[in-house]
Amino acid sequence: MAKEEQDKILDEVTQSDYKYGFSSDIDTDSIAKGLNEDVIRLISSKKNEPEFMLEFRLNAYRHWLTLKMPEWAHLDIPPIDYQEIIFYAAPVQKAKLESMDDVDPEIRATFDKLGIPLDEQKLLSNVAVDVVMDSSSVKTTFKEVLAEKGIIFCSFSDAVQDHPDLIQKYMGSVVSYRDNFFAALNSAVFSDGSFVYIPKGVRCPMELSTYFRINAENTGQFERTLIVCEDESYVSYLEGCTAPMRDENQLHAAIVEIIVKDNSEVKYSTVQNWYPGNKEGLGGIYNFVTKRGICEGVNSKLMWAQVETGSAVTWKYPSSILKGDGSSSEFYSVAVTNHHQQADTGTKMIHIGNNTKSTIISKGISAGKSNNSYRGLVKVVKNCEGARNFSQCDSLLLGDKCGAHTYPYLEVHNKSAKVEHEATTSKIGEDQIFYCNQRGISTEDAIGLIVNGYAKEVINKMPMEFAVEAQKLLAISLEGSVG
Amino acid sequence: MLSIKDLHASINGKEILKGVNLEIKPGEVHAIMGPNGAGKSTLAAVLAGRELFEVTKGEVIFEGKDLLDLAPEDRAREGIFLGFQYPIEIPGVSTVNFMKTAVNEHRKYKGLEPLKASDFLKLMRDKKALVEIDSKLTNRSVNEGFSGGEKKKNEIFQMAMLEPKLAILDETDSGLDIDALRVVANGVNKLKTPENSTIVITHYQRLLDYIVPDVVHVLFDGRIVKTAGKELALELEAKGYDWIKEELVK
Repeated sequence: MAKEEQDKILDEVTQSDYKYGFSSDIDTDSIAKGLNEDVIRLISSKKNEPEFMLEFRLNAYRHWLTLKMPEWAHLDIPPIDYQEIIFYAAPVQKAKLESMDDVDPEIRATFDKLGIPLDEQKLLSNVAVDVVMDSSSVKTTFKEVLAEKGIIFCSFSDAVQDHPDLIQKYMGSVVSYRDNFFAALNSAVFSDGSFVYIPKGVRCPMELSTYFRINAENTGQFERTLIVCEDESYVSYLEGCTAPMRDENQLHAAIVEIIVKDNSEVKYSTVQNWYPGNKEGLGGIYNFVTKRGICEGVNSKLMWAQVETGSAVTWKYPSSILKGDGSSSEFYSVAVTNHHQQADTGTKMIHIGNNTKSTIISKGISAGKSNNSYRGLVKVVKNCEGARNFSQCDSLLLGDKCGAHTYPYLEVHNKSAKVEHEATTSKIGEDQIFYCNQRGISTEDAIGLIVNGYAKEVINKMPMEFAVEAQKLLAISLEGSVG
Repeated sequence: MLSIKDLHASINGKEILKGVNLEIKPGEVHAIMGPNGAGKSTLAAVLAGRELFEVTKGEVIFEGKDLLDLAPEDRAREGIFLGFQYPIEIPGVSTVNFMKTAVNEHRKYKGLEPLKASDFLKLMRDKKALVEIDSKLTNRSVNEGFSGGEKKKNEIFQMAMLEPKLAILDETDSGLDIDALRVVANGVNKLKTPENSTIVITHYQRLLDYIVPDVVHVLFDGRIVKTAGKELALELEAKGYDWIKEELVK
């Protein structure tokens, strides 16, 4: 394939539009921009929070003031002025939603457009959704059906009101506000998110899903997700996100905490499609996320599956602490970067319990002038016997202006551990493209096929509905380009 | 059907084809033989449109169209199929998905609707039976982890699916044991019609026991230097290529 033609196809494909880039005209209750203790008190009082929450926030804020933004990631980020960000913006709604009719029609229209109808009749019957717009949850579906089984699935704010004991017990137990800069910031100002509680012996009968949408201008989104799975329980949880196209960079700093007890299993899938910025690298979301789960119980399991295509900057390392004997965790990731996007993502697997197992499959795909890094830690502590890890990190390069980097860290303190790491870097072969061409498949379609094939191991781990969405996303994000 | 006139092609400035002339009529089977490095695979690649090679001179008319003007995928859609000497692996892409995409692209080119899933699967079944290929192969990713013989069988299966007007089989016999050779040759023979034509590129006469050519050409140093009936293949098998070289020098 001729060089110019490669570039042409690359350009065409990389110019495909971000189709979630519209914004909605919704009355928003915003506070003044900037961050100080009064802002935090205001957020807490707006949410009518109990005293322990305000205290948690203030402690986090005071700790945050002592921290500096981490600089170890392979990311080039201009300084962020935290006094220019609005830390709370919520769509104005009636105090308590009793039925769908109470949801602002403009909000309903927004989510219809995104393909997420809020009307339960229209929803896929096996997916319950919590919908978070800007700083606040606007609707949670199938709450009642789930409640019959004792499952709690609600917005984080509702959980603070209705289940303060659970929140107080588990919030910050996996990701402390002292954990890192962005965790401290989130703990200080977070406004909503989702809470999931699966009681002992219950298999959640449907997929639970949270859909995050940033709408308002100049705002940051800071949400928390907390999932608690009691003994012998199971849940599959999905998370999706989009944002309007705006020229300024917007900040998203989230925390996810997961607690998995004896013989329980959690599957956590993400399709991250925040606005990535335009072709020249203007605008886009800065995505700084701390996700961590603890496999606390014996034989507990935690699976992370993520398809990351959006955001101008992604800084994200979903991690598992394998504390229970025989517990295991799997991490499957496809991270796609294009244009000027930057991603530094990976995982941490901390082996503490005996005979714990972890698997890491990471697929990075870079195109345009983007940079894509895998960063992963596998740690086996001294008293952990019989730990096993297998890591495979593959990078696929499309074009010759992008970068792929792999930073694996191994800390093994027990001789019985077996740790394997494999890494490959490849380009889409000219021979593969030609082979497809010769069967009548155009170069663009060929690249779509090859990339999806490359990512299949990960996509196969996602629930059906998400897998389809993920495949389409991959095709849209970089259907074409040639190595 | 195919008319090649004074075709010159080079790679990285080095001329490989130095004036190839070839006429193929519908229904004919042509064998192209020749020693290593003669340009046999280059000819196949140039006809299929591989851009690694630069055509510096000459013309190729296929079914009345200037073939050299068409993109590789359009040549395929016009009915040219290349059976690769070294079929390419595409990890993670199932043969079903690959073939469905290919077949529907061919249909789109002809202005036809895509096949319904059930019709497509039936077509797969029929063609699998025709070329005696195991479902185990078509259920896997395209050529991934296939043995040499399995890859060649898969090429013939794809050819059956796409029903080309002109099939170019590049060293399809290389790396095949006698049983696989028979399966591959049977497949090619079953797909033969009075309208479609085949170019069989090979080193050895062996394959031509099974796929009987109408015409045999010897390609030597970028030119076709000898053309005769199928008996030429036997002569080459017995005497090697050196006598042709000597004839040329004279």
